[in-house]
Amino acid sequence: MSKEWPLWEIFIRSQHGLAHKHVGSLHAPDAEMAIKNARDVYTRRNEGVSIWAARSADIVASSPNAAESLFEPSNDKVYRHPTFFPMPDEVKNL
Amino acid sequence: MPYADADLFEYLLRLGDTDVVMAQRLGEWIGHGPILEEDIALANVGLDLLGQGRLWLQYAGEVETRFRSNGRTEDQLAFLRDGSGFRNLLLAEQPNGDFAQTTARQFYFDAWHVRLLRALSSSVDQRIAEIAAKAVKEATYHAERSIAWVLRLGDGTDESHARMQHALDALWMYTGEMFAADPLEETLVAARVAVDVRLLREPWLAAIRNVLDEATLTLPQGEWMQGAGMRGGKQGLHTEHLGHLLTEMQFLQRAYPGAVW
Repeated sequence: MSKEWPLWEIFIRSQHGLAHKHVGSLHAPDAEMAIKNARDVYTRRNEGVSIWAARSADIVASSPNAAESLFEPSNDKVYRHPTFFPMPDEVKNL
Repeated sequence: MPYADADLFEYLLRLGDTDVVMAQRLGEWIGHGPILEEDIALANVGLDLLGQGRLWLQYAGEVETRFRSNGRTEDQLAFLRDGSGFRNLLLAEQPNGDFAQTTARQFYFDAWHVRLLRALSSSVDQRIAEIAAKAVKEATYHAERSIAWVLRLGDGTDESHARMQHALDALWMYTGEMFAADPLEETLVAARVAVDVRLLREPWLAAIRNVLDEATLTLPQGEWMQGAGMRGGKQGLHTEHLGHLLTEMQFLQRAYPGAVW
């Protein structure tokens, strides 16, 4: 068995209404300590209102090799982007 | 109930010095933490305590000017006083030892500190109440952290359990001073400025016992308490460790008086 503590991915919500955003990873022996460590490592300068931690081993990632088949087909479909609508100034964070 | 500014000054030194000395000890871990995350966390707790210590010592300096023509600043108080002038708890100055010993020291202290600050936040001295109300939020987190570590080390491996138990036993005799009041404190308690720490002992003990039970650790049984008989850190009588700590903490201001950033 490895003596290293497991790696955790940390997500922080910077303010209410926004989504949690990945900020980095850290080591911790368990979930509770992962949250505590995340508090100390990533929220020292008032960065967040909420923390999520997930075991890195539990993250399912797409393969870099599949980038072509996954993402390129959408490159030339500009009509999928709602870029032709004027955005009201009052709407933030869109 | 009348009390002298000199009494208030002494009381503020007790609060401030304990924070500052504890902060210095935690700062000694920087670069030596068991892992990066813990290194940062220990420094954070230290910085919280340093910030609180500054607030107490700033206020102490202001109070001192009321009865002495040349009251000192927070820096003068922290960096230019000799060991016998310090009023911190003996527990705060005890060496870091291994990680279990640092954890035990923090665990005993945090459980006391959070209760002290909670009570101080209703002091009739407005300034004390404000500082305590601000500090108690930080102390609450510190207490959660130190409990989390006691649980993990106590209920961890054979080695972590043995080290944690050893550390708890070794530091036990310094816990009594936290709950010992002398006439100076009694005067300020009567004026509802200070907290009667004797009343904090039972709740503290119950909380400590709960955690140790869950952590499969044994509550130390020793009755004799260092510094509890009005001859301890709060009266300026320290263990040998404080002097060594101060030589490092005060080096810069001693070697280069008045140096600033």
